Amino acid sequence: MKHLDEYRDAETARRLATTIAREAATGRRYRLMEFCGGHTHAIFRYGIEDLLPSNIEMVHGPGCPVCVLPTGRLDMAIRLACRDGIILASYGDMLRVPGSRGQSLMKAKADGADIRMVYSTLDAVKLAEANPEREVIFFAIGFETTTPPTALAIEAAAKKGLTNFSVFCNHVLTPSAIAAILEAPAIRELDAVEIDGFLGPAHVSVVIGSQPYEFFAEEYRKPVAISGFEPIDIMQSILMLVRQLNEGRAVVENQYIRAVTRDGNLRAKEAVSRVFELRRDFEWRGLGHIPYSALRLKDEFAGFDAERRFDESYIPTEGIKACECPAILRGAKKPTDCRLFGRACTPETPLGSCMVSSEGACAAYYTYGRMREAAQ
Amino acid sequence: MNVASRNARLAARRLDLAEGRVDLTHGAGGRAMQQLIEEVFRPAFDNPLLARGDDQAAFDISSGRMVMSTDSFVVSPLFFPGGDIGSLAVHGTVNDVAMSGARALYLSAGFVIEEGFPLAELAQIARSMGEAARAAGVAVVTGDTKVVERGKADRLFINTAGIGVVPAGIEISGDRARPRDAILLSGSMGDHGVAIMAHRAGLEFETTVVSDSAALNGLVADMVAAVPTIRVLRDPTRGGLAATLNEICHQSNVGMQLDEAAIPVKPEVLGACELLGLDPLNVANEGKLVAIVPAEDAERLLAVLRRHPLGRDAMVVGEVVADPARFVRMATRIGGERIVDWLAGEQLPRIC
Amino acid sequence: MCHALPVKIIALTGPDTAKVSLGGIVKEVSVALIDDPRPGDYVVLHVGYALAKIDEAEAERTLELLAAESSDEITEFSATAEAAEAPP
Repeated sequence: MKHLDEYRDAETARRLATTIAREAATGRRYRLMEFCGGHTHAIFRYGIEDLLPSNIEMVHGPGCPVCVLPTGRLDMAIRLACRDGIILASYGDMLRVPGSRGQSLMKAKADGADIRMVYSTLDAVKLAEANPEREVIFFAIGFETTTPPTALAIEAAAKKGLTNFSVFCNHVLTPSAIAAILEAPAIRELDAVEIDGFLGPAHVSVVIGSQPYEFFAEEYRKPVAISGFEPIDIMQSILMLVRQLNEGRAVVENQYIRAVTRDGNLRAKEAVSRVFELRRDFEWRGLGHIPYSALRLKDEFAGFDAERRFDESYIPTEGIKACECPAILRGAKKPTDCRLFGRACTPETPLGSCMVSSEGACAAYYTYGRMREAAQ
Repeated sequence: MNVASRNARLAARRLDLAEGRVDLTHGAGGRAMQQLIEEVFRPAFDNPLLARGDDQAAFDISSGRMVMSTDSFVVSPLFFPGGDIGSLAVHGTVNDVAMSGARALYLSAGFVIEEGFPLAELAQIARSMGEAARAAGVAVVTGDTKVVERGKADRLFINTAGIGVVPAGIEISGDRARPRDAILLSGSMGDHGVAIMAHRAGLEFETTVVSDSAALNGLVADMVAAVPTIRVLRDPTRGGLAATLNEICHQSNVGMQLDEAAIPVKPEVLGACELLGLDPLNVANEGKLVAIVPAEDAERLLAVLRRHPLGRDAMVVGEVVADPARFVRMATRIGGERIVDWLAGEQLPRIC
Repeated sequence: MCHALPVKIIALTGPDTAKVSLGGIVKEVSVALIDDPRPGDYVVLHVGYALAKIDEAEAERTLELLAAESSDEITEFSATAEAAEAPP
């Protein structure tokens, strides 16, 4: 498969590994955060850390929209799904996530709620067209990559004059999350956790461009390498960051030049700004309240906003005390630092957000990498 | 009851196999059910034991250890590229019997049919089962039919049970894998699951991938005859290769070391799995097997597999190792390492 | 997050839709977010929408940069490492 196989090539990986080892042999540590859950998944799925020297440490970030969705918001979705006459359409990722009191969309479905898995927002609009006597609610989650599809679906529904389609919107923003990590008290303290550089998300950047990260590079003096999704992309980006750090530079570099430009996708950005506006505040699981970090539908699309159509309120819930997700999401701790990891908390019985999604650091480590722990 | 007089009464009005539908009388044990058996099942399965019309099949077993297996089939859609629930029901149970090294002999078939099910489809499925059984050299010798009210069964469920005889001197079971044994795979992974998924609502995509559903007993007979030292045979069905290998590790108390680059996966299967965010190692197969054999016999067994139509793409994909943690480890295609875990539940497509 | 894949446009099927192929799997998706989509173009696909065209020239450049981390440098590194390990 073109544009895929080349970036999974064993020989290229071997050569890159040699180059990285040579250029990182400086006696210093390199702590690099991959923001995006997709990168975390790839790192474990391909065993990329086995090809890196021991002084390069990958720190796993919070870029997983399933992981950062607060339980209270999922509870709202479950309550909506259980109402009479509602069809709730959702991406597959959310179906097994546990909400409060052991409920989940999958369990609600088994109890009789009409919940349909969709691959695309277009499928949700089609459901509304095909079922005019039912109310169809689309459970929207995702960072900037996934938001334009929701915007287009809402506009399509408006154009078709649909009165039975709405969106439960939980879209969140990447730069806000990066800022929250960099602002975290731990980072600003001396002798505390340091992150030396960032692997920027691939497909968020396809939409928003490389420009929004320039602020972080300048303000916090941290190099950024926007990285494609495949193992070779990730390794090349790591090499770029190692070089920047060796040379004392802190700029935004774009490794994913085949798909990312400085300005991103204008059509996508415009579609989003037509339909959505910033929420003043939004709670993130593990990161707390972050201002101007999430989106809601504009007033002119109020008829398509499930939160306004259906009176459901957000009830915040407490996390489990022993759960280390807040620290893990910021990169301050590793999955194996958590007492619950691999014991009470597994992908089958997830207790915290990092285990809940297959892209969460704990889930990825457990599924692909836990033999390393056994060896220690 | 006299067969001839019963047949005479039934000859009066035949089932409308083109437009007719199954109704509750067809499962009630009376004349209607007898008609269903006579006009749909018996012609399709066509063998002397079934033709006797008894409630059970009686036969002699020559010698050796006997094996029995059962499986129920609830696949949806009922018809898919490469097969249908009927052929699947035959292949699945024949394969389970064959994985002990046994020669498969006889099958039973039980049907739970939802009221309103089209007779044309039922006849087609029965024919498909008959053909699959004949091709595999087995016979469906006894069966049962029940009809349930609308909504009480998802169109059609089939249960098949099978028996076979293990040749003398053959000892094949899941707890016999030993460190340094070679792990062989008969062919490409994920074909069946992808063929089914292509037709599931909400995931539609066009593909030329067909289910690999096939009876493996002929291949197994060749393998066992040429290499009687085979230790483990298993077909990676639901849960895919990952589930099967992990099961074996647990039964045999060993670990495994695989080579990702050696595991055959068709490009379209890879494409579909990429699109849906699935791992081909977790996707079901219905015409493939895993064989574990002492290292010194691996090349010979590989040759036997590759000579057979169902084993042309066979590969040695790894080896058994000592590991108290019983992990299935895999060298990834870029040279790193990961484990191949078995999934908690069904794989769901992901956006993340 | 944002599991996305490079797929090839096989045919346009409407003002905003196209059939795309990945390894032979064909699916109909939206190209509403793409300027001037054409058969033969590769695009990045996410949840049923093409998000951007893949720039073939930039892809070439990436592969060239990768190739530049080449055998010459590896030989040099190995030689240095061997020299370092050689007995005095």
